[in-house]
Amino acid sequence: MSSLLLFEQVLNGLQLGVMLFLMAAGLTLIFGVMGLINLAHGSLYMVGAFAAAAVAGATGSFLLALAASLAAAAAAGAVIEVGVIRRLYDRDHLDQVLATFALILIFSEGTRWIFGSFPLFLDVPDYLSGPVTLPGGIQYPLYRLVIILAGLVIAAGLFLLIGRTRIGIQIRAGEADREMIAALGIDITRLYTLVFALGAALAGLAGALVGAIQSVQVGMGEPVLILAFVVIVIGGIGSVKGAFIGALLVGLTDTLGRSFLPGLFGLFMEPSAATTVGSALASMAIYILMAGVLLFRPKGLFGVA
Amino acid sequence: MKIVKSISTAAVAAALALGAASAQAEGVKVGMITTLSGGGAGLGIDARDGFMLAVKQAGDAGIEVIIEDDQRKPDIAVQLADKMIQSDKVDVLTGIIWSNLAMAVVPAAVAQGKFYLSVNAAPSALAGKGCNPNYFSVAYQNDNLHEAAGAYLANAGYKKPFILAPNYPAGKDSLTGFKRFYTGELAGEVYTKLGQTDYAAEIAQIRASGADSVFFFLPGGMGISFMKQYADSGVDLPVVGPAFSFDQGILGAVGEAALGVKNTSQWSKDIDNAANKGFVETFQAEYGRLPSLYAAQGFDTANLLISALAKADISDADAFRAALKAAEFDSVRGDFSFAPNNHPIQDIYVREVIKEGDVITNKIVGVAIEDRSNAYVDECKM
Repeated sequence: MSSLLLFEQVLNGLQLGVMLFLMAAGLTLIFGVMGLINLAHGSLYMVGAFAAAAVAGATGSFLLALAASLAAAAAAGAVIEVGVIRRLYDRDHLDQVLATFALILIFSEGTRWIFGSFPLFLDVPDYLSGPVTLPGGIQYPLYRLVIILAGLVIAAGLFLLIGRTRIGIQIRAGEADREMIAALGIDITRLYTLVFALGAALAGLAGALVGAIQSVQVGMGEPVLILAFVVIVIGGIGSVKGAFIGALLVGLTDTLGRSFLPGLFGLFMEPSAATTVGSALASMAIYILMAGVLLFRPKGLFGVA
Repeated sequence: MKIVKSISTAAVAAALALGAASAQAEGVKVGMITTLSGGGAGLGIDARDGFMLAVKQAGDAGIEVIIEDDQRKPDIAVQLADKMIQSDKVDVLTGIIWSNLAMAVVPAAVAQGKFYLSVNAAPSALAGKGCNPNYFSVAYQNDNLHEAAGAYLANAGYKKPFILAPNYPAGKDSLTGFKRFYTGELAGEVYTKLGQTDYAAEIAQIRASGADSVFFFLPGGMGISFMKQYADSGVDLPVVGPAFSFDQGILGAVGEAALGVKNTSQWSKDIDNAANKGFVETFQAEYGRLPSLYAAQGFDTANLLISALAKADISDADAFRAALKAAEFDSVRGDFSFAPNNHPIQDIYVREVIKEGDVITNKIVGVAIEDRSNAYVDECKM
């Protein structure tokens, strides 16, 4: 195991983490502000990817595809907020889980209806494809570097939005005390729709960015949704900062675990047994991390009591 | 004029009489349980379309097919099988794509005296100790394509392949099958998470391992993700895999990243025989897309059933079983027969992904293993 390989794997971990952050940010915002568990967040990720694939297929432009993914996911988010989610704020979490699970089924079959059963094609644009050579001689795919960069820029933008703007103040106030800000004359229903659409747009963008290097297919959102839930539980539910730290932790743990645990066990076990044990443990690594964090900080790293 | 008319009337009457005779007195009821919704629907839809195409071409062969969607869930598949056996009174079950669903349905169905013809799933448990005279796999035994990939790499002189598969039973069977025919040194052996979508970590390992080739088994979306990321990573070692990741339904989503990849398959649309030519043409005409491996398997399964029905009545189970086992139908794969454990003996080809005009598809470049049976024949006592 060379230090070059380690560095490459750290980059891979960061890239996975940044992607998870885009998913988790929306999820945690929605939970923090509205107290809603949105299982259909993964479907919005899928909507983004399909919209991007459709637009890229029709126009050939990757930037237009990204714009389309933002617009489509935000629109889908706003529609389900107004049509369904709005009725669920006062219900208990079980009702919310049930209704948003139904939305997953509706989105999955709806997408299959429109786009068919076979995975769609969405590729990295030519100007971002292929590897670049980093200092130290590492060959690394340019597109993944772009994803890391884009994710960090979006994270910074989100922090500015929440920390420095009027909307951000309203969002934070909404988290703290929704009746009070309603009494102060803020249109709380409009704010909720806005936050929901914002979270949806982030998920859609993540879907489009990742869709270019993965498979754009029905059901692609659910595995990511599970990881995103792990992220927000580790980070502390409702905290965007927690989602960021949690996403990077999960991304790094998962990637480094997958790459090095089998080798580590190989030091003192037979190769075939080491592969089996190492792979099994690597699959569990993020859940062990989550359990460990919850043991010492039951509210997550940045959770508020 | 009048003579011509009466001759043609007689011909029609004769044809009708023949048709009725070959359909036997009573027909057969087939229950098809397959995946028609959700992420894996493409496979089930292809298998169904291939099967129904053959049924349609046979005209009135007295086959009634009941089709239900298992949603890729074992519990639903079991419920559907119970319903089909008990209330629909089907004689034959077929259609299951996934091995875990087959394991949930097949043993119980054959124990109740029903026939099961597999269009795809063929886990080792049903080929060895769990084999049954009423269970026929028309596709292959699950290990076959992986064995062929191992044989291909060994014959082509590769010395250090890096192999990877998901960490679940079929993934382990895959690497075991590969190593049955490739016995040399490995650059690395990795089990990935089932459903994993990001392979950057594994690709970095491949790059660092000093491998001279890569074998992978990552069905469905996993394979699409892997191939796109692999092509973008700048690692350009030759890649080999079983046909699942390079089949017609999937190639469109992988795009040019798949060009040049070798994959092993018991079927390809360019196998040179009349049955296959006819199948590819009529499938395209009927459904407006190229057939996939699963469509070919569905088509062969239906034709096997039709050939057996022409020889024996379903109510005479022993005669019908013997008629199935004889496998006297024109397979789109050419030579086809059953091994003692009711799994195929057939050639496994090596295909290469090419571009034909605008369509990305496969062409045969060689035979990996001729007349391959399977590794479990001796374990099967029936």
